[in-house]
Amino acid sequence: MRQKIMLALTGMAALLLARNLYVIFLQLPDEIEQGAIYRIIFFHVPDAWTAFLCFFAAMVASVLYLARQDLKYDAFAASATEVGLAFGVANLVTGMIWGRVIWNIWWAWDARLTTMLVGLLIYAGYLMLRRAIEEPTERAKMAAVLSIFAFADVPVIFFSIRWWRNQQHPNAVVETGKMAPEMLRMLFTNWIPLLLLAVVFLMIRMEQERTQREIDALRRQVHSF
Amino acid sequence: MDSRNFAFMFYGFLAAWLILCAYVVSLASRERRLKREVERLRTLVEDKERAG
Repeated sequence: MRQKIMLALTGMAALLLARNLYVIFLQLPDEIEQGAIYRIIFFHVPDAWTAFLCFFAAMVASVLYLARQDLKYDAFAASATEVGLAFGVANLVTGMIWGRVIWNIWWAWDARLTTMLVGLLIYAGYLMLRRAIEEPTERAKMAAVLSIFAFADVPVIFFSIRWWRNQQHPNAVVETGKMAPEMLRMLFTNWIPLLLLAVVFLMIRMEQERTQREIDALRRQVHSF
Repeated sequence: MDSRNFAFMFYGFLAAWLILCAYVVSLASRERRLKREVERLRTLVEDKERAG
């Protein structure tokens, strides 16, 4: 059943992506100043939204783990963090390529880019911390605390373009009202297949976490002989 | 379509998908490693149970 759901979600994501790519490349009008490069935004922004959603889910699961001490919440938090990190890196790299064309530099130490980089480094640290601690409950407790702490950076990333105005990153296109309605619609439409992919990745990672728990139990059994 | 900066747009799309594909490959390789480890440990437990 689980396999069928994952296949169905992947199929839906592939169909939606194919349709969206057709619209992005062949139907949407060109942006007057940026040329073709503006089309990166249809992946750059939804990648960021997906990453933030995953980090939020990881934070909620971490709070639930600390409250209920159930390892399934820890498994969910670890899975969501890893998936969020993959989308976060995609967001950062696509942003760098866009910046290379528009700003003529690959990287600017402005508030949005720097806080995003710091956030990704903290979440990468979270995954490294998990590898460093052997004992499952100790690992889950430490990781949960770090995940809650790490999420404090997400609102800072989100609001950085309002809080620090003298920077290179443009204001949020959703708020400025300067984006054509059909482009804005595509921004949200293209978020759907990325969300579906994130759910599939999450389901695979959760299953792997279950297998890892089985391995831990078998190892304890082997050592008890 | 406007062809200005087309090459960089291509690099952007390529990078976005390469990163997600690399993650899928890492998921698949971890899946194989976990399955091998589970099988190895199950066999070990069965052997020890038979011997003990």
